[in-house]
Amino acid sequence: MDTSPPDPQLSALYQELILDHYRRPRNKGALDDATHSVSLNNPLCGDEIDLQLRVDGEVIREARFIGRGCSISQAAASMMTQLLKDRSIPQALALADRMSAMMRGDQAAAQDKTLGDLRALAGVSKFPVRIKCALLPWNALTDALKG
Amino acid sequence: MLDAARLRGDFPLLAQRENGHPLVYLDNAATTQKPQAVLDAIAEYYRTTNANVHRGAYGLAIRATEAYEAARAQLAGFVNAWAPEGVVFTRGTTEAINLVAGAYGRAHVRAGDTVVVTAMDHHSNLVPWQILCQEKGATLRMVEISEDGRIDLSDYGRALEPRPKIVAFPYVSNALGTVNPAAQLARLAHAVGAVVVVDGAQSTPHLRVDVQGLDCDFYALSGHKMLGPMGSGALVAKPELLDAMPPYHGGGEMISRVWDDRSTYNNIPHKFEAGTPNVEGAVGLAAAVAYLERVGLERIAEHEQALAAAAIERLTQIEGVTVYGPRDHRAGVVSFTYGDIHPHDIATILDQDGICIRAGHHCAQPLMRRLNVPATARASFYLYNGLDEVDALAGALVKAGALFGYVPA
Ligand SMILES: Cc1ncc(COP(=O)(O)O)c(C=O)c1O
Repeated sequence: MDTSPPDPQLSALYQELILDHYRRPRNKGALDDATHSVSLNNPLCGDEIDLQLRVDGEVIREARFIGRGCSISQAAASMMTQLLKDRSIPQALALADRMSAMMRGDQAAAQDKTLGDLRALAGVSKFPVRIKCALLPWNALTDALKG
Repeated sequence: MLDAARLRGDFPLLAQRENGHPLVYLDNAATTQKPQAVLDAIAEYYRTTNANVHRGAYGLAIRATEAYEAARAQLAGFVNAWAPEGVVFTRGTTEAINLVAGAYGRAHVRAGDTVVVTAMDHHSNLVPWQILCQEKGATLRMVEISEDGRIDLSDYGRALEPRPKIVAFPYVSNALGTVNPAAQLARLAHAVGAVVVVDGAQSTPHLRVDVQGLDCDFYALSGHKMLGPMGSGALVAKPELLDAMPPYHGGGEMISRVWDDRSTYNNIPHKFEAGTPNVEGAVGLAAAVAYLERVGLERIAEHEQALAAAAIERLTQIEGVTVYGPRDHRAGVVSFTYGDIHPHDIATILDQDGICIRAGHHCAQPLMRRLNVPATARASFYLYNGLDEVDALAGALVKAGALFGYVPA
């Protein structure tokens, strides 16, 4: 049996912080007075996200999600909702752009403090099929704000 | 057991390395790799024999037609078909089942009739029947499965009470590996006058199939799951049923005489093979059949059962792993979950060690709902897999467990 230690790329992919968000998701559950709600799924692995926002004027006051799926998609949703509270819509869309840049392997984006816990997901950029998982909640966000 | 390491030498793709590791291909229920003999047969066909079939008046076209018809006869012998003309080449199982639903089903199912399927059917043996029943105003009845993933025979009996027109089930489940008692199910369905459709996608590659012994009416198979090329497959049927059926697709080859406003149709099987067929696919599939016959289906089945038994034993020793499906009457498909590690995460982690498994719903969403899981991880074996690869699978799973904090790293 191969007992070599897990490959460093894998350890980078499955960091403690990601597993923590996966197992103890923040802002999970329905939002009673949502103004925006978008459901997206990723048919490849069956990830599901139902993102609910309460937007007041130009500002996101509350963001919650309901979902199930792999650690990457669920941690990304949890981390994203942490960041959205009290952001303006343009700020939220700018974050979505930074997140996409990080998924394309942009080093500067991966260091950008405005991405908060999401920086732990930088390792996903090395796993092309999993990028969709990390971007699923962000795609729901842009659909909600632009749709 | 078979000498898997030696057989692997016949499959050029399996010599590759993946992420720095020997490739361990355990996704054979999805598709199988191709031996050199199949690759050579296809290349040889194009190098020496290619012409359009059934229409040329020259030697080359006659030889192409002979190669195509010889492939049909070979496949007919392989599954003990009623007759070679009862073998209709299709793109695979999906097209074969759609053909039955679209031609036989549309002609025979009426409003108020019942069609029976099972909760372990692949979407391709479910959705065509949903479409038919919706179109006709017929009832689709899904037979439940038992806790350990077998067809619930008492529910099957109840489903037969309204005397369904069609009963469809898989011989072997792609998601659980269950080998269903197909002959018994067919006998019970015939007793109430139903026509029996067997999804043979997962049985034909892995055990000795005798369609006359099963006494089903229609049997669907996919070439790519049995070492043959993608886009090859067949519907095997009782010739008298095919003969009485209206055509499925219209076009060249399937006609006899064509007037401005109507046509008469060719004999079976040509009536159901409109257009230029996939001759390369048929020739490649025949080479795959010859390869499987040389190894022997009985030995293949025995080998895979040993691999599945070893895998189940190794996996269930890992705390937190759940294996689905029955413990006996099963083929070489092992579906499992590991604690709260999502199957897709398991697949990514295993891929880093060069191990290919499937993660997802396995085109069986109704089954996943009944198992109460959104998805499972699935390892599925074939003749070229060995016990060393079961070891690799178990070892990589322990690594996944370490990454997710289940076992000390
Ligand atoms: C049990 C079963 N039925 C049907 C199919 C569909 O086969 P194909 O995609 O080759 O048409 C598959 C394979 O995916 C299968 O495993």
